[in-house]
Amino acid sequence: MEQQDQQQVTAKLQVPQTTATPAETFASEGDKVFDAKNLSIYYGSFRAVTDVSLSIYQNEITAFIGPSGCGKTTVLRTLNRMNDLIPTARVEGDVHYRGASLYHKSVSPTAVRRRIGMVFQKPNPFPKSIYENVAYGPRINGIRKKSRLDEIVERSLRQAVLWDEVKDRLNKSGLGLSGGQAQRLCIARTLAVEPDVVLMDEPCSALDPIATGRIEDLMQEIKSQYTIVIVTHNMQQATRVSDRTAFFSVLRNEQPGRSDTRTGVLVEYGSTQQIFEDPHDSRTQAYVTGRIG
Amino acid sequence: MMAIASEQPTVDLREPSGWRRTKNQIATVGMWIAFVVMLVPLGFVLFTVIAKGASAITWQFLTNSNIPVNVLPVNYGGIGPAVYGTLVITGFAALLAIPLGVLGGVYINEYGGNHVLARVINFFADVMTGVPSIIMGLFIFTIWVLHFGYSGLAGSFALACLMLPIVIRSTYEMLRLVPDSLREASYALGATKARVTVTVVLPAAIGGIVSGALLAVARAAGETAPLIFTILTVQSLNKNLFSGANTALSTLIFQNATQPYTGAQARAWGSALTLIAIAFILMIAARLVTARFARYSQ
Repeated sequence: MEQQDQQQVTAKLQVPQTTATPAETFASEGDKVFDAKNLSIYYGSFRAVTDVSLSIYQNEITAFIGPSGCGKTTVLRTLNRMNDLIPTARVEGDVHYRGASLYHKSVSPTAVRRRIGMVFQKPNPFPKSIYENVAYGPRINGIRKKSRLDEIVERSLRQAVLWDEVKDRLNKSGLGLSGGQAQRLCIARTLAVEPDVVLMDEPCSALDPIATGRIEDLMQEIKSQYTIVIVTHNMQQATRVSDRTAFFSVLRNEQPGRSDTRTGVLVEYGSTQQIFEDPHDSRTQAYVTGRIG
Repeated sequence: MMAIASEQPTVDLREPSGWRRTKNQIATVGMWIAFVVMLVPLGFVLFTVIAKGASAITWQFLTNSNIPVNVLPVNYGGIGPAVYGTLVITGFAALLAIPLGVLGGVYINEYGGNHVLARVINFFADVMTGVPSIIMGLFIFTIWVLHFGYSGLAGSFALACLMLPIVIRSTYEMLRLVPDSLREASYALGATKARVTVTVVLPAAIGGIVSGALLAVARAAGETAPLIFTILTVQSLNKNLFSGANTALSTLIFQNATQPYTGAQARAWGSALTLIAIAFILMIAARLVTARFARYSQ
């Protein structure tokens, strides 16, 4: 039944140049968490990202790098359907998450986001106490028991390496924390719902190097339990933390009279070591060696 | 000391003289003048009402029944029914207007988007805040009082019509101030739209919503015109909000203040002071509630 549905979806989406049958295309690999095929994302008539295909693997950290405006964040936000919140956003192609199509009409974005959490560029704790910030997710998932919540809050804050700093002021406002602490609180909040995947949208861009280091260590620690996708502007960060790297770039369309004069494309995707040490594409090479961007 | 004072400074860090400094001084003086000018009418109103009304305030005055407007001095009769009427009529109006207004504001900002209905409600809420209050009285008079007679309820309806657009607008403005990043954070944890609205957006804006609602209540409590056509103003206490003519402080002030008798005028001043006191208590309550809800928002 599910298989049939998937075939219908794929057929409807007019995926170009795919000779393989849908069933083969999305052959379930045990460690494959995401499988994006020919993904194009539009804001209104503007095609922000064109034809991205990539797979993301379990218990790995995958980094998206590239110059501003190349669509890294846009692609990241399609992975947990956050782009649904933008009224004009539209997705073409498909993303499969553990074999299920994320954009099938029967899929609830809410159910998707309960499994695939997100940490944002700017720390955005709720104007609630530290405790309530972390307990928020479990609460909306129906956990009411105080003892259970206490347990989850402590476990999540420990995972986010924040527990020792805040354990004596759990009832104080989450807005009173420093930037780095607030971001770790947001990570704890995301981990509290025990997601399968954590998407991070430039989580360190507002932080100093010490706070950044803490968050990078944290990512390494939680990697064994989660799959992480991180967007970063910082190439050193990508080399430090990630297993695989996807390099996105901006493709300029010089054809006159067209509205989509620029669009984001995936240039190269491979192991982080290969991308930085032996890039196959000249654009990747130019970017990672600092000649452009 | 001397040595330091006589040293020649190498850089001049004083505010440069010239037009820029002059503009700054003009603006500063202008603001102080505006502040003082604003205080004059405010202080004068308060001073007059207290000076003329304070002597009328006694326990008997606040609780006794009204007496017909006549030559009797102020120590006869009281304003008890009007205090009761004002509290109950305004209270019921608040009960009608605040939930509806808050829901309306939530709809416009959270659910309506660019939908025609949302824009229409927003536009009419805007227009209605500018409608003279007497129109609300005439409106309720036509559609309700002509069929069911005068009652406190009719007064509540008129006041609710007056409060509704204010509550909608203030709720909408407050919700707009809630950053989208908070909504996103909640969505990213798998919350539904209703959850996001109830558990994140409304709590973040509750302080402003409460003070907006209480401002609307205070404004309605002082309205006279919508009540003249709807409650009629009587002398005796009418405990039944839903039927029979009622009375309120604002209409009582109007009745008494237009009389030539000193006793009636003194009663009007006393009623005015009572009304101001009620509004004052409401404002204090609003501040306390706002502070309580804002304790996590730094």
